[in-house]
Amino acid sequence: MIRFILRRIVGLVLVLVGVSVITFALSQLVPIDPVAAALGQNARNEQIEAYRKELGLDRPAVLQYFSYAARLLQGDLGKSIRTRRAVADDLRDFLPATIELSLAAMLVACVLGIALGILAAIRRNSWVDALARVFALVGGSLPIFFVGLLVLALFYSRLRWLPGPGRLDAVLTPPPRVTGMYTIDSLLAGNWPLLKNSLQHLVLPAVTLGYFSTAVLLRMTRSSMLEVLGQDYVRTAQAKGLRDRVVLLRHALKNAMIPVLTTIGIVFGSLLSGAVLTETIFGWPGLGRYATTSAVSLDLPAVMGVTLVAAVVYPVVNMLVDIGYHLLDPRIGIR
Amino acid sequence: MTTVSLDNTTAAAPVSRRRQIASALRQPAVAASVLILLLFVLAALFAPLLSPADPLAQNVLNGLKPPSGAHLFGTDKLGRELVSRILYGARISLLVGAAVVLISGILGTLLGVLAGYVGGWVDEALMRVTDIFFAFPALILAMAIAGALGPSLQNALIAISAVTWPVYARLLRGQVLALKEREFVLAARTVGVPEWRIILRHLLPNMLAPLLVQASFDMGGAITSVAGLSFIGFGAQPPTPEWGVMISEARTYMATAWWMATFPALSIMLVVGGFNLLGDGLRDLLDPRLRGR
Repeated sequence: MIRFILRRIVGLVLVLVGVSVITFALSQLVPIDPVAAALGQNARNEQIEAYRKELGLDRPAVLQYFSYAARLLQGDLGKSIRTRRAVADDLRDFLPATIELSLAAMLVACVLGIALGILAAIRRNSWVDALARVFALVGGSLPIFFVGLLVLALFYSRLRWLPGPGRLDAVLTPPPRVTGMYTIDSLLAGNWPLLKNSLQHLVLPAVTLGYFSTAVLLRMTRSSMLEVLGQDYVRTAQAKGLRDRVVLLRHALKNAMIPVLTTIGIVFGSLLSGAVLTETIFGWPGLGRYATTSAVSLDLPAVMGVTLVAAVVYPVVNMLVDIGYHLLDPRIGIR
Repeated sequence: MTTVSLDNTTAAAPVSRRRQIASALRQPAVAASVLILLLFVLAALFAPLLSPADPLAQNVLNGLKPPSGAHLFGTDKLGRELVSRILYGARISLLVGAAVVLISGILGTLLGVLAGYVGGWVDEALMRVTDIFFAFPALILAMAIAGALGPSLQNALIAISAVTWPVYARLLRGQVLALKEREFVLAARTVGVPEWRIILRHLLPNMLAPLLVQASFDMGGAITSVAGLSFIGFGAQPPTPEWGVMISEARTYMATAWWMATFPALSIMLVVGGFNLLGDGLRDLLDPRLRGR
């Protein structure tokens, strides 16, 4: 087990080195001079040269990469041209909002997707199954940004059931920062009105971000359950006279969950792309919005920082899933 | 980007394959998807003939008209005809989807076949490279590329291809590994058929089927990604009649002019759904065990 984890970590490090090479190479492609862009058209040549030196942009590319990599190892992602702050500090401010949103979205997707998937499988060819199939198809093809606009127009603009963009009503002050996730922090502070407000703000973006994953998990759960329900050991359990609920939960579900778990890992890793769109629509101050605003203002250190952090997520989640896999089914070999 | 792995890729006799296709078309889902896609392809081909007006022509006096006999899908705030914009949008989306699939398909196939056929450290190195590209979330890498090269449809296309090709490399590598020890390949090698000919004439034809399935799924994925990038301003730029751009322009009119966002969104849904259904159908055709999933 430990050897397996070590191997995966070595692989992860290799991937991260590759990722850093790519982000660095991208920054070398820029046709527009980021320094001139940051200082504006009226900057004098000496000013530009001084700023260029300050950022170390006057040295050869290979040397720049090595000092870039060395700084990365110390957790230094560079300085944002737009905010004039350390990118790492910016990310620390923006990351919790994305984590909160992604976890909420995964919660929606897991609860709805798995429950509907099980229901569709045990009531095969019923109206529930038909509905689930339509939902899975529509969910996989209706663009997430349209869904976001739709729920916002419906539940906020028209019905006024839920609050609009942002993480809290504008009049409220955020809870004291512990995790940076407003729901958890207001819970820790024991501030119930704040908790309620932050949860209300979370509903629409979480549903928007989660609905695609819901469709994927629904499909996977349904087919996996159907496969397991046809197995001999399930028939044996039924023949023994076990109650349906026991057969379903103990015998079928646990085995059906293995491919579902893989799928959860894959969708979780791919949430970030959707988060970019969701955060843009809901004015959610997370990584995605930080990336968008940074890219618009050609703030390359910031864009590279986000890209790097985002590229860490997928392989790490993948590794965790592999380990979870083993815990769920020890027969699955660990090389 | 769904990855498919199939092991039963031996070329079936042509007759039975034709029969298979016929039976696939009899499945309502596959038939519907082929019909929908055909409709959009025709719309894209004949957009200039079918459009009632120039997709860029403004007529502010006619702005924000709801769908009616005179304006089938209504007009936007600048009075542009939405039917025309949807039709021309079909051209862009289908072309972009096809371009992404072609670029990443060719690149991925070349590298995948190379990795699988040569093996050894070449294989190991190429697979690590695919790991690296897999790590990037498509939209974030696309934004980084847009941030570096400037936002345009072309750069969006490059970005999405950059994260799509590893899927093909993995798929084709697996196929080559499975096929290259098979008797017909060994036989060809024994009689002295050159390596390049083995790859082109014996391996590739046997790998076309899973390649097509993957391509069908990726058409849908690429179209969604490009629309998403254009929606946040990193893909096609206004006033291009691209579906994502159109939805973005409709943002502030969701409550007052529902048709502005709805028709482009429905178009995306139909085309992407069509390619997904087609992919499902093709996969069932290749691996009947998976039918009904």
